[in-house]
Amino acid sequence: MITNALGRKLPEEIPGYGKVRPYEGWNLRKPEGHRDGPRIRATFNDRTDKVLPDIKTAIKASGLQSGMVISFHHHLRNGDYVVNAVLDACAEMGINNLTLFPTALFGVHKHLIQHIKSGVITKIWGSVNGPIGQLVSEGGMEYPAILRSHGGRPRAVTSGDVHIDVAFIASPTADRYGNLSGVGSRSSCGSLGYAHTDALYADVVVALTDNLQPYPIANIGISQLNVDFVVDMESIGDPAGIVSGTTQVTRDPLRLLIANHAAKLIEASPYFHDGISFQTGAGGISLAVAKFVRDAMRERKIKGSFGLGGITGFFVDMLKEGLFERLMDVQSFDLDAVRSIAENPNHVEISADWYANPWNAGCAVNMLDVVVLGATEIDRNFNVNVNTEATGALLHGIGGHQDTASGAKLTVITQPLLRGRIPCVVDNVYSVTTPGEVVDALVTEYGVTINPKRGDLMDAAKEAGDVPLISMEELVEKAHALTGPMDPVEVEDRIIGVIEWRDGTVLDVVRQLKG
Amino acid sequence: MRLRRTKLYLPGNNPNMLLRGHLFGSDGVILDLEDAVALSEKDTARILIQQVLKRGEFGECEVTVRINGMDTDLWRQDIEAVVPFGVHGVRVPKVENPGDMQLLDEALSEIEDKAGIAQGSTLIFCLLETALGIHRAYDIASSTKRIAGICPGGEDLTADLHTSRSDSGVELVGPRRMVVLAAHAAGVCALDTVFSRITDEEGLREETEFVKQLGFEGKSVIHPNQIPIIHSVFTPTEKEIDKAKRIVAAAKDAAKRGLGAVQVDGKMVDRPVVKRAEFTLQRAGITQEEVQ
Repeated sequence: MITNALGRKLPEEIPGYGKVRPYEGWNLRKPEGHRDGPRIRATFNDRTDKVLPDIKTAIKASGLQSGMVISFHHHLRNGDYVVNAVLDACAEMGINNLTLFPTALFGVHKHLIQHIKSGVITKIWGSVNGPIGQLVSEGGMEYPAILRSHGGRPRAVTSGDVHIDVAFIASPTADRYGNLSGVGSRSSCGSLGYAHTDALYADVVVALTDNLQPYPIANIGISQLNVDFVVDMESIGDPAGIVSGTTQVTRDPLRLLIANHAAKLIEASPYFHDGISFQTGAGGISLAVAKFVRDAMRERKIKGSFGLGGITGFFVDMLKEGLFERLMDVQSFDLDAVRSIAENPNHVEISADWYANPWNAGCAVNMLDVVVLGATEIDRNFNVNVNTEATGALLHGIGGHQDTASGAKLTVITQPLLRGRIPCVVDNVYSVTTPGEVVDALVTEYGVTINPKRGDLMDAAKEAGDVPLISMEELVEKAHALTGPMDPVEVEDRIIGVIEWRDGTVLDVVRQLKG
Repeated sequence: MRLRRTKLYLPGNNPNMLLRGHLFGSDGVILDLEDAVALSEKDTARILIQQVLKRGEFGECEVTVRINGMDTDLWRQDIEAVVPFGVHGVRVPKVENPGDMQLLDEALSEIEDKAGIAQGSTLIFCLLETALGIHRAYDIASSTKRIAGICPGGEDLTADLHTSRSDSGVELVGPRRMVVLAAHAAGVCALDTVFSRITDEEGLREETEFVKQLGFEGKSVIHPNQIPIIHSVFTPTEKEIDKAKRIVAAAKDAAKRGLGAVQVDGKMVDRPVVKRAEFTLQRAGITQEEVQ
């Protein structure tokens, strides 16, 4: 066993993962050598149409064989038809032992469970949510799931840790020569940010579209340079599951209270001035923080530089109002964001590499002033868990959590002290997703808890006078007093999940639940 | 004097709300044993409230418990369960009879004695939810020294008045005026009833402005999101505070120099104006010392 910088005990090698390189510190691992690359292809003017009639023909043309690595993006979210359809075709064609390398999976992909059970899929390198997560947690897969952040994934691809054999890219619009766009059809998803790196680094790229257009299309996200085949499908997804119609700010008083405290901290911080850049999620508390910060920006006549990340209509409105100069969009959450990215040149599509990869000449999160993130639980050392639930089940991905926390000058975690009767502020998190050294503050309904390493932030909050402060010790004590001790999670020795830090070192492992 | 701009109702059988309700920043909380709790749940709610009171974690909030009415056989058990564990007061529903308040006063005294709490420290807030209650408002408000405030009812009262709630609230104008008059005549707080359309923020603001103008000092609250709106109405603006400070300072200066008349910004200011300025500062949470 080896011990990483957070004191987590790890085996030296994990079957199906390989040699473990323990986490050293948030920015200590330095890469060497050169980037990986796809195979070189030559195309001449005897091939001017890449369209194939169906998925099976494309699979055959791609040369996909058993044991290979196939990748997918998650821009169609819970509306996606493509992942299931491709794996169904693989199963029918007798291809098995595949490694699934998605940017994320959703509830709709529970359809894949049959293919996991039958051995079509034997490894998943990506987040395992919902029913698939439960299956993996209970030991339903031979090899562990490997969890990487939105920046850690392109790092793994570009550095050669993962080599993609065939990338399948669902594309709301495509032309016959393989230019792809996330807009312009009923299946529009906006940005295709998560698919860019796969398109650039996979040996073979298969695009799948339900809106095939003559060459060339506009609003190109991924270009013909990297796309080998285009499949003309009847439908790539259900629009209702791809984007939500509207993004409403919560009316839940507890969430509003937490959001209000968080906004007060942001206003008191040294970053609340002209040129502020900002990222929040689309969730209840995050969006409410965005609303309070927007109100404060209006009141104090502050103009921001850019909004980053998953983009919602809320940020689009801020762009239109002049509260941001630009939006940098790796993922468009709702219809307003989809419309905006198609029409507004100040709303820019960026790749996951650009967004969050630590191993390039500078990713977008490095330019971020403030990020507001959620958590399942956080501990005395500000280590955050977003992957496992109180039962010990591995049910959530990392998303951009690690990356934005590392990049932003102010990382704020918002979450209630308790969820039902389960404490969310604990002595020691069950799994570490993001180490406390990149977390600056926690905000609960009881107030703002600042990481002691940020004395400057503490001074700023005290000077502002309206930020309710509470220490981590008091908070943990409160949680203890309200819930009493929790029974420890009962697990087997077998490892079912590996949580990587964005630089490829291992933060933690997740073990199989006791049956 | 304590501010009573907002008093948030918390269901007595909801541990989540009881534990966290005070975090929303209302001036007071009302732990409800009456309407929010079914008859079969009264015991459970009493125990729950007792446990929450023992934790003593309500911060600056004025903590009151709405007990069951004097016309039930539950009220005595209610006060026995909660008064020994640190409440500022009890809120009594459907009060019609000043004699009932004397009965409650005596019962509270007994409990205070047994629990070693200072006699008379448990305040009484009366809900006047019937025409008779409103009619007797002054007698009720002055029935015992424990009475700290009176509050008109909403739904029950309109039913008793043979009318219904309207958007404009015209049916409650008369009762509200009577309550304000009786409260100030008896030297107790005039507190207004809840605004039940919880998503209607503009309506709440208008009603709060209206009742503030009538002379109420605060409102009961049924949803935490209503608190900042009510506070913003009852909290004086910077301009008002500034003027009030100058009036109070000038009055103090005049008193020190033995002058009867006070002048502010070249205008004569009489005693009621000074009193109103003092009240403004009180609402802004500014003490007399701070004015100096």
